[in-house]
Amino acid sequence: MSFHPNAVQQRGRTAGALLSLVFIFLVGSFFRAQVLQNAQFALHSDENRLREIPIPAPRGRILDRKGLVIAEDQVGYTVSLLAPRESQLVSALRRLSATVEMSQEQQDAVVRRYRRSPNRPAVIFADATFELVSVLEEHRVELPGLIIQASSKRWYPEGAAVSSLVGYTGEISEQQLQSKGFLGYKAGQQVGKGGLELRYESRLRGREGVRFVEVDALGRVVREAGARPELTPMAAPPLPTNIDLDLQKYVYGLFGDSLVGAAVAIEPKSGEVLALHSAPTFDPNRFTGGIPVDYWRSLTTDKRKPLYNKAIQGTYPPGSTWKLATAVMGLELGIVKLDDRMPTPCTGGFQYGNRYFKCHDKRGHGAVSLAQAIEQSCDVYFYQLGLKIGLARLVAGGITLGSHARSGIDLPAEMRPQFPDSDYKAYFTRKYPGGWNQSASLNLSIGQGENSQTVVNMARFYTALATDGQAAQPRVVQGPAQRARLFTLDSTQMRGIRNALAGVVSRGTAGSAKIQGVVLAGKTGTAQNSQDPNNDHAWFVGFAPADDPKIVVAVMLEFGGHGPRAAKIAARIIEHYLKVSATQFIQTEGP
Amino acid sequence: MRRGARPDYPLVVVALLLSAFGIAMVYSAGQTDYPTAVANLWRHQLIWLGLGLAAAWIVSRASSRVLDFMTAPAYVGSCFVLLVLIFVGKGGLGASNNHSWLAIGGVKLGQPSEIAKLAVVLMLARVLSERKEAPDSLVELWPSAVVVGVPLVLILLQPDLGTGIVFLGMYFSMLFWRGVSWQLLTLLASPAISLVLAFNTGMWGAWFLLICALVLWYKPEVVEGVVVVVANLAFGVAAPLLWDKLNPYQQGRLKVFLDSSADPLRASYHVIQSQVAIGSGGWLGKGFTEGSQKRLAFLPAQHTDFIWSVVGEELGFIGVTIALGLFFVLFLRCTRVAARATDSFSSLVAFGLVSIWITHLIENVGMTLNLMPVTGIPLPFFSYGGSFLLASWISVGILVRLSAEGRGPAHSLVG
Repeated sequence: MSFHPNAVQQRGRTAGALLSLVFIFLVGSFFRAQVLQNAQFALHSDENRLREIPIPAPRGRILDRKGLVIAEDQVGYTVSLLAPRESQLVSALRRLSATVEMSQEQQDAVVRRYRRSPNRPAVIFADATFELVSVLEEHRVELPGLIIQASSKRWYPEGAAVSSLVGYTGEISEQQLQSKGFLGYKAGQQVGKGGLELRYESRLRGREGVRFVEVDALGRVVREAGARPELTPMAAPPLPTNIDLDLQKYVYGLFGDSLVGAAVAIEPKSGEVLALHSAPTFDPNRFTGGIPVDYWRSLTTDKRKPLYNKAIQGTYPPGSTWKLATAVMGLELGIVKLDDRMPTPCTGGFQYGNRYFKCHDKRGHGAVSLAQAIEQSCDVYFYQLGLKIGLARLVAGGITLGSHARSGIDLPAEMRPQFPDSDYKAYFTRKYPGGWNQSASLNLSIGQGENSQTVVNMARFYTALATDGQAAQPRVVQGPAQRARLFTLDSTQMRGIRNALAGVVSRGTAGSAKIQGVVLAGKTGTAQNSQDPNNDHAWFVGFAPADDPKIVVAVMLEFGGHGPRAAKIAARIIEHYLKVSATQFIQTEGP
Repeated sequence: MRRGARPDYPLVVVALLLSAFGIAMVYSAGQTDYPTAVANLWRHQLIWLGLGLAAAWIVSRASSRVLDFMTAPAYVGSCFVLLVLIFVGKGGLGASNNHSWLAIGGVKLGQPSEIAKLAVVLMLARVLSERKEAPDSLVELWPSAVVVGVPLVLILLQPDLGTGIVFLGMYFSMLFWRGVSWQLLTLLASPAISLVLAFNTGMWGAWFLLICALVLWYKPEVVEGVVVVVANLAFGVAAPLLWDKLNPYQQGRLKVFLDSSADPLRASYHVIQSQVAIGSGGWLGKGFTEGSQKRLAFLPAQHTDFIWSVVGEELGFIGVTIALGLFFVLFLRCTRVAARATDSFSSLVAFGLVSIWITHLIENVGMTLNLMPVTGIPLPFFSYGGSFLLASWISVGILVRLSAEGRGPAHSLVG
């Protein structure tokens, strides 16, 4: 082709057409990005520049039955750091550790928190002191992503006295973040870690608030406020409980530092838990804002297991306290009446097959009625009653009385008691592949053998004895009473049982636990300790006043020797609750 | 300016509007929440604009005969400077191995390749206008290929991939304007296309068959046909080997172009942030100087390579359309100058000059939306940078002169 003007004009038109296509394409592309995809890119732009700073909501207070404070929030400071990249976080932490003391472990923990959610400020000090905050404020210029804000920290005015109930709070763990129960939680938040704090987490939590700060590409905070309206945090309403804080503190004092065991006090008709304590225990206030390493180590290495709630997690053979279950079964089945005697009088033991089963009293109790057998805790009587009921009905009856199920108390991690299940033959065959026979019913009838109960579950059983055969589900937090019938006896029989239990204290094995002006009813027990045969666990479960019970108390002392020691503690608890004074301590030998 | 002729006012006015728009954007690019050295650069750019206007005025007084006379020395001089730069050149921003800057005594004077582009346009126009008929075989393209090839190789040695692409765009545009048939242009370009397609065997196979068909239909000299086919084969096979030769940052940029989500944290970060800036602008933008992507330093090179993203973020789709419209008018006006030129040399110079801007615009604007690979070449009249602004205004001066020497009335917008 030549350079003739016509040819050039032609190429000019071609060039113009090609250019038009290019510009139409470009304008179209920008229309697509700026108008059609605007929302998506605008969101991305906001995500670039806005950082959510969570404003923690104060946790709900936990109150006792009179409105006294068990747990509340105090003002504290949270120090956290915003960083666009991990490397910048690490260098900021290095600068920080030059100013304030910070171990390598603490720094690593901050980096782990950062990795979980890099867009949220990584918490450095969950509970900073005012002095620390003042020092950091002076160095703010060197730490451009530093965020210091007032937050609330958990405080338990009665400290260790309530830890068996409330548990403690701490930063949410990796496992909790991934579990279904903690959907919507974010790394760095404080959650309940045990007890009421965990069980009622959703009620105590409140609603976290959010404010927004504007940051640049290097993570420097450019504008503190006004970037976007903030969301104010909302505190949760207080959680009213049935606990009698005065009694709870008293129980804590009774156990002191020396006794190991647990006590549960329940109002028998409603199931309201008045006090619950496991000794020894821990100081929940020291858990707030991270547990000091040496304190944690001392708790986990203590042989007495302070972190293990002996009232709801420990199971112990109930011993003679369970004889009431055997008695109730015999009465309900019509096998025995309260004044019936057994064929063989107690001579200090009982021959069954080729084995001789001893009574706790070598001298023997002679020919006794059921009521007397309860008072004196005669093993020989209950061996024979157990044989009459038979193993099948003993197991079935025990299950009906709740020996195989949790009490249902509203605290987390309650253990299920150990007791044969309804297919008892398979159970015993599994346990004793070498063979077993009806002699198992002898052990079972006196609360030994295949039977291990929690303290709270025994208390629940005695609420049925203290009332009309209906057991109340123990409830720490206020709510409607839930009762379930365990057995049906007529009022004469009920009165007879309560009289026999009162006789335990007035004449029988728990003579040491008498209270003046109030008839205390209850049963001692000695649980054989498989770990240390010379140091049995001591039980006492009882109620008062015997004719109109207001309180059921179960006490278990690990390595406590015999029942009467537990009975004394129970008597003091009841005495304190009913505001009467104790008299007369008669030392009597008995299980 | 030829005595008595009216200057091409539309051309000058559009170029002035674009420069004013551009300097306003350089000013805005400096407005960040944490101030940087960029904040003062708009003043420098204003000084460069003054120099550019002065240069344009001087150039517009020189006739095309003077241009013709200047061509050979300018071309040889440019090639010499580019050769020297390989040894003494200084790196720009970002790509640290790039030797495109000329510095004397440690002071960076400018990027000679911007001026070299003008010299190459002049030289190409001279070579292509020597014969009456347009080249119709690869052999006849030989002299022009050498003219563009020597500086191209020198620039790729700097290495400056972006400017290299501009040279190719300019070369093909001028061949088109000279009247080379599209079939021949395709055959000429085919090895390069083979190179790009080599990474996908199926695509490359289809392209190769197409080229073979074109060779059979167009019937070039036997030797040429063989050369084209062999070249396509060689590039298709050599491409993966060549890939290993590229610098990591060049590989990264090409990779990001092929898949912007490949490594969002590092290589494609720039492109993603640019798209976010533009996309979040919406219809009317976030307001002049108010773009948050730019203010908070999420946008990289916001005053140079990615200044178009600032336009998109702060002035929105409306602002983008107005700016593109100004460019469109400028390009059509320059094409008209080329079409109205009285001799083939002038016509080719005019079209060559506008093709530089067109290539820059398509590459730079396309890059901000990830339509083109990130090669780091500036946007005419907008990007901060003295050499390119000076070169652009020298081009305007030449075009105004050629317009005045051309046929017919100089007043209507479209020829």
